Amino acid sequence: MRWARRASVWPASFGLACCAIEMMATGGADFDIARFGMEVFRNSPRQADLMIVAGRVSQKMAPVLRQVYDQMMEPKWVISMGVCASTGGLFNNYAIVQGVDQIVPVDVYAPGCPPSPETLMHAILTLHEQIRTGEILKRRHEGRPVHIDGAAELWTPEVPVAVRVGTPK
Amino acid sequence: MTSLSSTAPPGVITSEALAADLCCFPTLEQYVDLVASFRADGFEMCVDLCGVDYLEHFDRWLPEGVDATRFEIVVNLLSLSKKERVRIRVQAGDDAPKIDSLFALYPGTEAMEREVFDLFGILFTNHPDLTRILMPEDWEGHPLRKDYGAGRVPVQFKESPGPR
Amino acid sequence: MTDSNVRAADRLDLLTAETSEGAQELQRRSSTNADELGREAGAVLRLDGLTLDPTSIDFDRRDDETMIINMGPAHPSTHGVLRLMLELDGEFVLRTKPIIGYLHTGMEKTGEELSYIQGGTNVTRMDYLSPVINELCYSMAVEKLLDIEIPDRAIWIRMLMSELNRISSHLVWMATNGMDLGASSMMIYGLRERELILAFFEKTAGLRLNLNYVRPGGVAADLPDGWQDDVLVICDTIYARTFEYDELLTGQPIFRNRMIGVAPLAAEEALALGVTGPLLRSTGVAWDLRRAMPYLAYDQVEFDVIVGTYGDNFDRYAIRLNEIRESIRIVRQCIEKMPSGDYRSQDPKVTPPPRARIGESMEALIHHFKLFTEGFQVPAGEVYSAVESPRGEIGCYIVADGTAKPYRMHVRAPSFVNLQAVSLLMRGGMMSDAITVISTIDPVLGEVDR
Repeated sequence: MRWARRASVWPASFGLACCAIEMMATGGADFDIARFGMEVFRNSPRQADLMIVAGRVSQKMAPVLRQVYDQMMEPKWVISMGVCASTGGLFNNYAIVQGVDQIVPVDVYAPGCPPSPETLMHAILTLHEQIRTGEILKRRHEGRPVHIDGAAELWTPEVPVAVRVGTPK
Repeated sequence: MTSLSSTAPPGVITSEALAADLCCFPTLEQYVDLVASFRADGFEMCVDLCGVDYLEHFDRWLPEGVDATRFEIVVNLLSLSKKERVRIRVQAGDDAPKIDSLFALYPGTEAMEREVFDLFGILFTNHPDLTRILMPEDWEGHPLRKDYGAGRVPVQFKESPGPR
Repeated sequence: MTDSNVRAADRLDLLTAETSEGAQELQRRSSTNADELGREAGAVLRLDGLTLDPTSIDFDRRDDETMIINMGPAHPSTHGVLRLMLELDGEFVLRTKPIIGYLHTGMEKTGEELSYIQGGTNVTRMDYLSPVINELCYSMAVEKLLDIEIPDRAIWIRMLMSELNRISSHLVWMATNGMDLGASSMMIYGLRERELILAFFEKTAGLRLNLNYVRPGGVAADLPDGWQDDVLVICDTIYARTFEYDELLTGQPIFRNRMIGVAPLAAEEALALGVTGPLLRSTGVAWDLRRAMPYLAYDQVEFDVIVGTYGDNFDRYAIRLNEIRESIRIVRQCIEKMPSGDYRSQDPKVTPPPRARIGESMEALIHHFKLFTEGFQVPAGEVYSAVESPRGEIGCYIVADGTAKPYRMHVRAPSFVNLQAVSLLMRGGMMSDAITVISTIDPVLGEVDR
């Protein structure tokens, strides 16, 4: 069942700013995420599994973000895409929430300004890996951060070299 | 700079301006009439309306006869037929700045004046809907004022002394 | 605040939910004053004296006959986080009120904290679909304050990159417009073409998006070797593909029925609202800053200014499609006419020395250090400088006080002003047309909210 969960994660479109354009490009023809079963960006959060917070979250947007997250059904995951969503990025000021993990629990952080589609795909595949091994649900249940060590038991997907660009595991 | 084919009405102080054909410095009473006269003279579009808080740069250059105040409103007008730009700088006041709205002349200033109200706290009389536009409704304070901090969160590493 | 026009202070009772924005939202008709009612209804502006006549709202409904619904801010069909509140009578839209600010980043405040060299990184993220043009606007304003000349090659490189950016921005528009109308294959085509341009950007500047390339004094790096071949491939491919888009969309009856005659805008209304760009040109006013008040080297290249007739959705679509073709024309001329020389000004006050010399010369090292830690001083003054972005006139108003950071940096964002036309254009139309109207206005919320 974990295989099925990771093979068709449907993202909820939560594109906010420049990162949203790169997210759209990832869904496009050149960096197709349809091959991972994710091309259908669900519009309704009730039907989505994954929320990719792409872009800077302003103070006005924060309650909306929390509301959309609450409307998603379990199991649900969050990828924080870009430095603005991860830590506030370039904008350390009154208007931007310094890291979306102050509002929702984040599973994978993808750095970059904006992260190129390859980085985003690496983040998504990391998430898939965590779902497949079950680490992520274990972590949620116990409330602790997760580390994937013991590489021997991990199945490495056969992906083209391009995806390996980005932060190493 | 090309020579301006239209000039400001008498009684308004003017000067040369960088990248504009004329810069006018009306008083609060002369403001709306001046803009109306420019509009009648072929300046069809109000391109920009913004505010400046001169709290920390109070001694900026102003021509003779203009009394500097803390807040200033800058209006840029554009004439498509004559291909000219005019800048208008009004001194809006120090503590409780209040100025007439240009909405009746240029409806396009509605959003720009709301933004100036939101970020500076300058009131516009006769504006149809003067509410906050960029900040949340229950926000306190006017962020772009100079006595309002940037709201930086201290970061846990040694910062090199730089422009930031 | 006791001014009667300021409703915020006494309307805190409207903040019912976590996400409600009180007086910024569309209220019931009975609790909205006449002026605001007229504005939300997009009441037709009377041209003599230009008074907004609220009695010209030609419909009258009781509060319980209409429905106020909320679209956004998290919505697939709004171009970014735009929240739109509509009052509907069945399928027809009576009043509209856009609520913005969901992407407010405090960029103007941040601009006061960054030096002039760093300012480009801030400004480039405002209109994230055309970052080069944002930087160009800012750099031109700073150069006017500094009163320096930049070399010819820098001017032509800037022009080349601006036009490529205009093509990629319009391609994103075609993609999202097709998506909004249901033609999802247009999304794939538009993004696919755009990848060609982004690959060239990555080769030149290092980044696909938000490239910090145009800086005060010139550009950050020279064009790579063999750039003419790359750019020619881009031109030829995209030019041929625009005819495929014609087949897919322009002649297609469903597309035409949905776009022709929908949401017409009159020239006087557009000028009164301060609208610029393709929205203004669709009404018949041939105003393009590149032609009317040329900057860079636009007076040395040939291109046409595309103008519409009726100001409806189809005109705006056709203008953007043909602007892609015109930009390709300009790019081809840039390839032919690109002068050789420096790609940035040699003025030591503004430009850092080349990296190789830092290891050799002490002065170069000190100079580099001072420029990147403190920045260069700009003499006191103020300037407003504007260029033509794919959305309209983007202008930068900078007040300099003689130090290394701007005292006030304000950007006149075209989408911010164009968005005021939303109430007027949606009035009396149908709900599904509301989506296409937002799409053809082409707002980019990054620059609307800054």
